[in-house]
Amino acid sequence: MRRVVITGAGTLNALGHDVARTFAALRAGQCGIGPLTCRDVDRLSVRVGAEIQGFDPEQHFSRNILPMLDRFAQIALVAAREAVAQSGLQVDDALGLRAGVIMGTAGGGNLTVDDNYRAVYADGKNRVHPFVVPRLMHNAATSHISMEFGLKGPAFTVSTACASANHAMGQAFQMVRTGMADVMVTGGSEAMLGFGGIKAWEGLRVMARDTCRPFSRDRSGMVQGEGGAVFVFEDLEHARARGAHILAEVAGFGLSADAGDIVMPDVDGPVRAMRAALSDAGAAPEDVGYVNAHGTGTAANDRVESQALRIVMGNHLDRLPVSSTKSMHGHIIGGTSAVELLACLMALNDDVIAPTVNHTEFDPECVPDPVANDARHASVDVVVSNAFAFGGLNAVLVLRKFA
Amino acid sequence: MGLEYMQNTSDTARRVIDIIAEQAMVDTSEVRMEMSLSDLGLDSLGLVECIFGIEEAFDVSVPFNANAPDQAGFDISSVGAIISEVEKLIARQAA
Repeated sequence: MRRVVITGAGTLNALGHDVARTFAALRAGQCGIGPLTCRDVDRLSVRVGAEIQGFDPEQHFSRNILPMLDRFAQIALVAAREAVAQSGLQVDDALGLRAGVIMGTAGGGNLTVDDNYRAVYADGKNRVHPFVVPRLMHNAATSHISMEFGLKGPAFTVSTACASANHAMGQAFQMVRTGMADVMVTGGSEAMLGFGGIKAWEGLRVMARDTCRPFSRDRSGMVQGEGGAVFVFEDLEHARARGAHILAEVAGFGLSADAGDIVMPDVDGPVRAMRAALSDAGAAPEDVGYVNAHGTGTAANDRVESQALRIVMGNHLDRLPVSSTKSMHGHIIGGTSAVELLACLMALNDDVIAPTVNHTEFDPECVPDPVANDARHASVDVVVSNAFAFGGLNAVLVLRKFA
Repeated sequence: MGLEYMQNTSDTARRVIDIIAEQAMVDTSEVRMEMSLSDLGLDSLGLVECIFGIEEAFDVSVPFNANAPDQAGFDISSVGAIISEVEKLIARQAA
């Protein structure tokens, strides 16, 4: 099997409009959570979220394409442009046929759905914009990326709730590894900080009213964010042949289903996914230097994920930094594990472990080292990124420092 | 309990018991005041559905967060406790 490396990264999220600014925010332990600004916010009981500030779509897209793009697709395209530019890839006709796209999203064009339901149901309009369908479809982001860069190989969208991006990237990894493609542009994006998207989450009664405090004893739930990240996954020999700068090796992928409860987390499913990913990477638990946790900040997730980590890591967990960057960029649902992979790249390349911010009180039922509040210097060779979705679908990626 | 219990049961209590019994998939006669929701076989999702049912039935807003079910200012320790909390919410709304 071929080795797979990452040669480009891009992002747009509440912490920054690109990778450099996102790294700076992660390093500084900045929290991107603030007051929500969506329409009818006074009818919501959840009033906080991690919104992207100061993003003007018209600066990025021409007026003929913009009506086609829901915010989740705009985010994906902006991130893809940064990733492809960093990779230095010149996609000619031959490479285009050997390159594809797999993106993850949970809500797809949720804001478009919300706006147009409002128009026809609440406002009584009988006509909607002609592009509602191409805007709202879950595969819109994937399709626009394939069109913009001429990527004509395998392309589709994965939707597995909060694990969508990890499932997408894991699949892209397999495609390059097995030779189905030489290059895959992959990641995830989400934009559902509208009235309907937030109201739906409010219904579950698991949302924090103030902020997100993963692994902290006084945590009170999750906080939604919006954003995304995109990466260029490439066959190692292909990357070497063109002298590309390599950010990391994608070393392993593990997935599992709890086959248990539709929303309550489970210990066994995540244990099996983490073990499968480590085994796929040929790594022992002791090799792992950092875990980017799923860490939603709900009472149940953080306790159960900690138990699963204890089973997989054993005593090594006492020395292992485990942080949840959702405390800073919010839970970006289907795009979240893509943004979290940035924290993994930062650990491997910059020797900086991103913290879990808003942490006020140690919880003996949670991981021993949540990297509370302050980033930490550490030299790390192997990192694990967890994503455990509602529906009990788990996806774990392992990256290794490329040497 | 029997007849005396039924006579003393307010309309609010009967409607709350109906909601809980429906979620627990038991007959209302099996629901007793001192029972907890877990006694009735309800898990956290069942609890959230009960609270939604109560909010819809009485047009009230129940302060409840599944992350801190014991600290939400709404006592859910037993069927009787839930009924008295709902009665308080209704009284507060009428005031």
